Amino acid sequence: MSDGNGGSRSVVSLKTMDVLVALIFFAFGLLVAWDSHRLGAKWAEDGPQSGYFPFYVGLIICFASLINVVLALRVKAAEGESFVSAEQLKLVLSVAIPTLFYVLVIQFLGIYAASTLFIAVFMMWLGKYGWLRSVLVGCGVSVAFFLMFEIWFHVPLPKGPIEALIGLN
Amino acid sequence: MAEISSLMHGFSVALSAYNLMLMFIGVVLGVVIGVLPGLGGANGVAILLPLTFTMPPTSGIIMLSCIYWGALFGGAITSILFNIPGEPWSVATTFDGYPLAQKGRAGSALTAAFTSSFIGALIAVVMITFLSPVVASFALEFGPPEFFSVYLLTFCAFVGMSKGAAFKTVASMMAGFALAAVGLDTVTGTLRLTFGHTELLKGFDFLIAVIGLFGIGEILQTMEEGLAFKGVQAKMNAKVVLETWKELPRYWATSIRSAAVGCFMGIVPGGATPASFMSYGVAKRFSATGDRFGTGEVEGVVAPETAAHAAGTSALLPMLTLGIPGSPTAAVLLGGLLIWGLQPGPLLFVEQKDFVWGLIASMYLGNIAGLIVVLTCVPLFAAILRIPFSIIAPVILVICAIGAFTVHNSMFDVWLMVIFGFIGYVFKKLDYPLAPLVLALVLGDRAEDSFRQSMLMSQGDMRILFANPLVGSITGLALALLLWPLLSALWTAVRKSLA
Repeated sequence: MSDGNGGSRSVVSLKTMDVLVALIFFAFGLLVAWDSHRLGAKWAEDGPQSGYFPFYVGLIICFASLINVVLALRVKAAEGESFVSAEQLKLVLSVAIPTLFYVLVIQFLGIYAASTLFIAVFMMWLGKYGWLRSVLVGCGVSVAFFLMFEIWFHVPLPKGPIEALIGLN
Repeated sequence: MAEISSLMHGFSVALSAYNLMLMFIGVVLGVVIGVLPGLGGANGVAILLPLTFTMPPTSGIIMLSCIYWGALFGGAITSILFNIPGEPWSVATTFDGYPLAQKGRAGSALTAAFTSSFIGALIAVVMITFLSPVVASFALEFGPPEFFSVYLLTFCAFVGMSKGAAFKTVASMMAGFALAAVGLDTVTGTLRLTFGHTELLKGFDFLIAVIGLFGIGEILQTMEEGLAFKGVQAKMNAKVVLETWKELPRYWATSIRSAAVGCFMGIVPGGATPASFMSYGVAKRFSATGDRFGTGEVEGVVAPETAAHAAGTSALLPMLTLGIPGSPTAAVLLGGLLIWGLQPGPLLFVEQKDFVWGLIASMYLGNIAGLIVVLTCVPLFAAILRIPFSIIAPVILVICAIGAFTVHNSMFDVWLMVIFGFIGYVFKKLDYPLAPLVLALVLGDRAEDSFRQSMLMSQGDMRILFANPLVGSITGLALALLLWPLLSALWTAVRKSLA
């Protein structure tokens, strides 16, 4: 497998991903059709049953994705083209993984504290900023959002133990 | 003329100090959203939608539509100064806009872009003013089969007009329909596709999907390209603006052609991007200096910008009159209408005159506000792009998370948004179009309802979709559009084998 992008090794080829995603689509379509069939995809006394419409939607997904699989396998141009290189994947994961952690932390610390932490860590880790600057930016953004949502627009966002501690709940 | 007096009434609704303030706030937010990577018209409006829940609907829609105009204007800034199209429809603007900027004429390019955007939008708004009451009164006669055939036409147009693989469009669109079906079936009360998970009872909210697919997905993709913004400085002053304005009347023919292309394409779903490319191509062919296009011709900026704005604006015509959005952003605005308890469609023109004409009047005012804001504040907006990505990226992710949470005050939605983000990243890389998925998710329930009602009327006989000349011709047109890629592929195959 040759590399598609700037000298970095390809992790997975475009063709493999294309086939894989089409197969996932197929499975999804099958699931939709199967569940609709279970609910009843026929004609009842009082009109179409609730699975009537989604059943055919599921079948069309299956049909379209089968063609996509065939097309993906047949296309010669995509041969050896990279879906993502090791370098790119590293960059993408360096955003994706902190984002997952961020959402997880929101549940424990509330959105403001989690956002401050997220922005600061992101800046220090990926931007190589000093900790003081990172923390200041993180706090600044969170305070701005707090004013905007809680004070001006009266839209409450999830808060955690820190807000409770300083009596902002 | 009835339209003029309605419009004047609309101005009296829209021209309050509060609404004018919202207009300027909306435009500024919109330009910022249009300039920032990862935030565009669709997800920007989706994120800010919950902030308008407490406002009166007319004020809310004025602010949201102004965000949309702002985002349309903002796309040109990044295209011209940074050679990065902020929105898909500004890709064609980079062809001549960036070379102009490199030649030191960034100010002229921006002035030309903003002014032609304004003119394109203005022509489209005039069209909306006079055409939409006609379309709406025509559509008042529509029954379920007619509506279903219009939905069919909308979705078939996507398949027929898509540049990429037609079956990927079909798969993506049908996935949208399937996701729309998840949850409580409002007709029979049965739970569909929930597999016993109570979180899925409410179904998937398309706002969450929009924020994830367009927002998180784009951030991931931008990250992959190892972003380094290299921008050109723009000198904007009254002298440059006036000099460019003196030059622009020369391109009146191009403007009119581009606006016509834009208005027409905008009514068709997904029209803004093809409209901008098409009018660039047309302008190149007709222009006396067409061979110099691509090296920095002002006319090459005028054409795509006029068309993109005309298309983006006229996408609101089918949304207001038929309840069918012409673009993902129009879909989000439609979602807003539903949340405010307004039923988009022909009845809106009868029952909610204040709202409709207030909105149409605000389109005139909002675009004037937009032009003033962008012409005076370009350096400010360009400065936003000079903020390093390692600061911008987490802030945008935080904004997306807050936006997703506020839709239903639900943490589950934030997780869903992240999942949609990963899906959006993979879809973009594999050329699965996102717009049909979003539109199917928005319209799924309504399309299904009109289908069921039609089937009830006919006792399951599909021929009801051809029962009268009106519904028959719409259905016929839809099928022709659907089969278009197949027909053209067949045609090429036949020609190849004969050659």
